[in-house]
Amino acid sequence: MLLSYREALNQAMREEMRRDPRIFLIGEEVGYYQGAFKVTKGFVEEFGPQRVVDTPITEAGFTGLAIGAAMAGLQPIVELMTMNFGIVALDQIVNNAAKIRYMSGGQLSVPIVIRGPGSAAHQLGAQHSQSLEAWFCHVPGLKVVAPSTPRDAKGLLKSAIRDQNPVIFIEAQLLYGTKGEVTEGEYTIPLGQAEVKRAGADVTVVAYSKMLLVALEAADQLSREGLDVEVIDPRTLKPLDLDTIVTSVKKTGRLVIVEEGWRFCGLGAQIADSIYTAAFDYLDGPIVRVTGEEVPMPYSRPLEDAAIPDVPRVVAAVKSVCGAA
Amino acid sequence: MADMDRDDLLSLYRQMLLIRRFEEKSAEMYALAKIAGFLHLYIGEEAVAVGAIAALRPDDYAISAYRDHGYCLARGSDPGKVMAELFGKATGLCQGKGGSMHLVDLPNRFMGGYAIVGGHIPLATGLAFATKYQKQDLVTVCFFGEGAVPSGQAHEAFNLAALWKLPVIFICENNRYGMGTPVHRAVALYENVAEAARSYGIMAERVDGMDVLAVRALMRTVVDQVRAGHGPFFIEAMTYRFMGHSMADPSHGHYRSKDEVEEHRKRDPLVLLKQQILDQALCAEADFKPLEQEVGEIVAAAVKFADESPFPEPSALHRDVMVED
Ligand SMILES: Cc1ncc(C[n+]2csc(CCOP(=O)(O)OP(=O)(O)O)c2C)c(N)n1
Ligand SMILES: [Mg+2]
Repeated sequence: MLLSYREALNQAMREEMRRDPRIFLIGEEVGYYQGAFKVTKGFVEEFGPQRVVDTPITEAGFTGLAIGAAMAGLQPIVELMTMNFGIVALDQIVNNAAKIRYMSGGQLSVPIVIRGPGSAAHQLGAQHSQSLEAWFCHVPGLKVVAPSTPRDAKGLLKSAIRDQNPVIFIEAQLLYGTKGEVTEGEYTIPLGQAEVKRAGADVTVVAYSKMLLVALEAADQLSREGLDVEVIDPRTLKPLDLDTIVTSVKKTGRLVIVEEGWRFCGLGAQIADSIYTAAFDYLDGPIVRVTGEEVPMPYSRPLEDAAIPDVPRVVAAVKSVCGAA
Repeated sequence: MADMDRDDLLSLYRQMLLIRRFEEKSAEMYALAKIAGFLHLYIGEEAVAVGAIAALRPDDYAISAYRDHGYCLARGSDPGKVMAELFGKATGLCQGKGGSMHLVDLPNRFMGGYAIVGGHIPLATGLAFATKYQKQDLVTVCFFGEGAVPSGQAHEAFNLAALWKLPVIFICENNRYGMGTPVHRAVALYENVAEAARSYGIMAERVDGMDVLAVRALMRTVVDQVRAGHGPFFIEAMTYRFMGHSMADPSHGHYRSKDEVEEHRKRDPLVLLKQQILDQALCAEADFKPLEQEVGEIVAAAVKFADESPFPEPSALHRDVMVED
């Protein structure tokens, strides 16, 4: 069945909400407006305003409210209009959601999903174009998921909802309209499992969310030039499925990591460190990272394009690790 | 006074005395380095916790800021487990992971002490949201200092609670100071901090927080009203902390005078209640002796239990970061 990423998310939440009355959705414009990006189309009509809760523009307040509701036995899904606004709720996410289980010695748990689009769309400016996954990944107590395809989006969101931990689920505005094959009927994809999106023998490229599409396009182009690229999507950023990447690196001896976020302390730095520790002897050369530029996202189109990794940059990086630049 | 029943009054007195003696002993244990970190004592404010919690059902929720020993004990927590938590022992309420500021006792429905000023107030609205969602006739009581009233998270929570008529009772303990800052240098409407809640349409009342009977009487009315579904309520309890902000702070110094502290000590909540009991000739001075004796033994036993308990095993370090499936 061909579905858009948006429809896949909608199905995942709809199926889960039909299954379990403890699940409710809360956020700005999730109800009568049908979602800022129309992800929750039809929800308030099907589930009613008790379970599809429109909020005022108070991210700290309603995220905290949802965390409290989770402590008392509900299974909230918080929609952040975009992940940028998660910064406003960061105290709740970091100090409460992530720590309450540990601080209480295991007495309490916070089964919550906080989801919404991260990364840049087109010319939305510096405050609406951020890739903040590394911030969330840094915090013990959180899981972080960033699917790239409709099939993954559906299966992973269902798992995230069922997971009894706080899960940050990062979508992307530019992915909502993308289409892909989605398995008919009920299925889930476990958190913490990477997937080889394209098998290859010469070099491994790790990329997630929007950047996965860029990496696949680069791989296609490189295959025409005789380079056989393996592309891996970690899908879940934390816990990271290191084994799948290590297995690939043992085969190829070369690794490129692509991310849209800022370079310094970015997710790629962590993945590189993990691979150096786990598979140093298998590497034929240094790991190469392709990242967003270290600037607040500029508005102007050519500058914005220059700030975000693209196919030519990934191609160049792959060639450089293969000594073919 | 209509509710002058001897056993009832002695029971309130005993609870306040337990908190008082427990806190005094905690200070001693801090001086002996058995307790470390931040230790905020509740001495002087006992009537608020005891009076408010006396009006609750055992299954109602309570949640607070970091000055939390009093609520926990008033909710019925085992003093030994509380002291063991302060000692960082494996037998503590939270197995030594929380410490003084993060007590949690789920069986007694104490949902935690939180150390980010204002950050737990949204959680309280969430507990109340969950009980309303599940059609349980429960109320949630949320304790915080007047220092939290101007925080953004408090205001967001007040708005959500009022907007959705949540069964939550906000109890602001106005002890006149947030660390060294007097209320008139922190809250614009310092003569009536409840205006913060009233401005959202929340009903509010001030009570003498040194008078346990007054606190309980007001709370009984408020709890009935909130339980009946009339929405949130805000109580400003006028109180005073007799000790420093924490053990790092002397009881008086640059920001408040010894005379001021002495003046407030004349309205010690324990002395006030005792006087009320004696005035009504419900008991004689001698009847308080056994209470002192009994409470002294409980606190001594708590210290013994904490002292003799083991520290957590190293294997506990990583336990309860995540819910394992
Ligand atoms: C967000 C935040 N800022 C600063 C602090 C440091 N701090 C701890 S307690 C406190 C004063 C709080 O006063 P109040 O809310 O009146 O509570 P009280 O100590 O009087 O019980 C401050 C500033 C903190 N814990 N959290
Ligand atoms: Mg105060």
